[in-house]
Amino acid sequence: MAFKKSAIPFSGTAEQEKRLKAVIAEHKNDPGALMPILQKAQDIYGYLPIEVQQMIADEMDIPMEKVYGVVTFYAQFSINPKGKYKISVCLGTACYVKGSGDIYDKLQEKLGIKGGEITSDGKFSLDACRCIGACGLAPVLTVNEDVYGRLTTDDVDKILAKYAD
Amino acid sequence: MVNIKINGTAYSVPEGSTILEAARNAGIRIPTLCYLKDINAIGACRICVVEVKGAKAPVASCVYPVNEGMEIFTNTPKIINSRKTTLELLLSNHKKECLSCVRSGSCELQELCNEYGVDEGSFEGEKQVFDIDISAAHMTRDNEKCILCRRCVAACSVNQGIGVIGANERGFATMIGSPFGMELADTACVSCGQCITACPTGALAEKDDTDKVLEAIADPDKMVVVQAAPAVRASLGEAFGLPVGTNVEGKMIAAMRRLGFDKVFDTNFSADLTIMEEAHEFLDRVQNGGTLPMITSCSPGWVRYCENYFPEFIPNLSTCKSPQQMFGAVVKTYYAEKLGKDPKDIISVSVMPCTAKKYEVGRDDQAAAGVPDVDITITTRELSRMIKKAGIIFNELPDETADSPLGTYTGAGVIFGATGGVMEAALRTAAWKLSGEAADSPVDFKEVRGVEGIKEATYNVGGKEVKVAVASGLANAKKLLKSIKAGEAKYDFIEIMACPGGCVNGGGQIIQPASVKNFTDIRAERAKALYDIDSASKLRRSHENPDIQALYKEYFGEPNSHKAHEVLHTSYKAKTLYK
Repeated sequence: MAFKKSAIPFSGTAEQEKRLKAVIAEHKNDPGALMPILQKAQDIYGYLPIEVQQMIADEMDIPMEKVYGVVTFYAQFSINPKGKYKISVCLGTACYVKGSGDIYDKLQEKLGIKGGEITSDGKFSLDACRCIGACGLAPVLTVNEDVYGRLTTDDVDKILAKYAD
Repeated sequence: MVNIKINGTAYSVPEGSTILEAARNAGIRIPTLCYLKDINAIGACRICVVEVKGAKAPVASCVYPVNEGMEIFTNTPKIINSRKTTLELLLSNHKKECLSCVRSGSCELQELCNEYGVDEGSFEGEKQVFDIDISAAHMTRDNEKCILCRRCVAACSVNQGIGVIGANERGFATMIGSPFGMELADTACVSCGQCITACPTGALAEKDDTDKVLEAIADPDKMVVVQAAPAVRASLGEAFGLPVGTNVEGKMIAAMRRLGFDKVFDTNFSADLTIMEEAHEFLDRVQNGGTLPMITSCSPGWVRYCENYFPEFIPNLSTCKSPQQMFGAVVKTYYAEKLGKDPKDIISVSVMPCTAKKYEVGRDDQAAAGVPDVDITITTRELSRMIKKAGIIFNELPDETADSPLGTYTGAGVIFGATGGVMEAALRTAAWKLSGEAADSPVDFKEVRGVEGIKEATYNVGGKEVKVAVASGLANAKKLLKSIKAGEAKYDFIEIMACPGGCVNGGGQIIQPASVKNFTDIRAERAKALYDIDSASKLRRSHENPDIQALYKEYFGEPNSHKAHEVLHTSYKAKTLYK
């Protein structure tokens, strides 16, 4: 099994660590504290890499596996950072029947990453999302704030080319 | 007591019991998969469902308490169909390698499928695909045979307080593993193997080293000697249909001889040797201001736990090698010299109730003669498979005794296999020494016996007050060490065994299904076999072992001598692995 450590090196600061430790201290004696701690940790770091999960586990005196199990159970948590350009493909019902699954697959192939991951240069991250309320434009994807609709797999290259910088 | 009816018959059962327990007391076995008493009552697998009159849907009997007037039906067509469907769903994502699977015949899923006539199932579809994790020295994990019951997770986190495995991801992608897809060898797993004995299927198994043993035996240039640990004789018979806790020492020795080992010895001998070294090390620490409490070092799972999780206690660990390693070291030094043999031409094999021994043989500083003290170690289960494959009809074997000189033992050596046994054995020799070698110094230290997780006692040993503690199961060890660190408890001497109940319940022992373990304390049954051997022994203190006396006279001089330190002692290192 491959070690799923993020390809992007961890760049947490002492300031972030201080904030995280304060959050954990605040929940020290609260038995159900892992969820709020993880949510705040993700606010602080933007994602939950192994370094952050280890810190949480050590501070809470629980195995890291316990942290990781919760992180991977909930879609709201990410173990990878987001890219400079966050690509989000809608796999909601309307987009899906209009072929967004193929677009998603093509993006994975083009970028060489799976959903939830980030390219090693930190430029693109890819996620699937559920309905974004633009069913009339199905199939839809977004890159940061830009929305692209009525897509076919042939559009993928053109869209990626726009973010060449 | 409350009055209930099960399948139309009235019973009076203790208040607070679950339907599963009440039914079992009434002689009805309700099948289970995920339930393990005390550690995994999660009602997840839905195999134990029963109908309760008035309830909307079938209930999970493993977690459902009985109440007054309850009417329960365990065997209706509706229930049977529900269980069948559950089994079919499990099989739809299961690697059906049943013909050659290591757990064929002892697999709880297979047994249920057989009972319920479930074969292929009607849910063909996508299956999860995994690589088999072979990274660890002691075991393999094949998640394609995993049914997600989480019994291994409970054994690792609840009993052992370790938790390097858990359930990851969600829905169909759910899998048991370590964080970030790490292999087991990357984690602070201590190799105790408690997950293997908890597993109902063949997803988890010890690494099989039996082929290496067969090759060694077949090599005419090698002399192959074997030792078997105390606890092996208390479990091996279970593989041949004998009741839990049957002492099969004589047949075990006969079987090993028939497998072709040149010499059949006994780890009980080196358990006595361990006591000579350890009791004297303890006295030395007490008399010369050494680090106290001294903590035993026989259990490699515990030693690894200490190095990974509590490195600050490394100075407290006895420097004595474990009995397995002491035995190997004596074979390759004293015994080889006695025979005039090059230690390279001797293959030293051990049979252990333990999977951590597979890791221990490869540790640093375990090669007294420049070659590994022990070359190959196999578990009780592997020995049982070798015996079966060789066509040896175990139950018809005569009772034989071990070879001399490394096969002689006292009652103190044999109780090493149960929690508290090492402590009691050490106290016997320490008390004798401190009483000025009085022939009537105490032999029974009953307060440290029994399956309780943490035991404490204070003894007056030769006019000196000695405070001792015994812990088994690493969650209990953790509790004990934390209380010492916090200054809440103070002891002189501590015994710690990684597995709950000690080696009799080791990760390498014959696997009993949950249907047995949930209602019988196999730790107590197996321990009894060892204490019975002890109480029937003429010699019950390690220093009385005549072959041990000869070994010191001819070779080591005295306990803790320079030579003894070179051969019989070892060292430890703090480790930093993912916890």
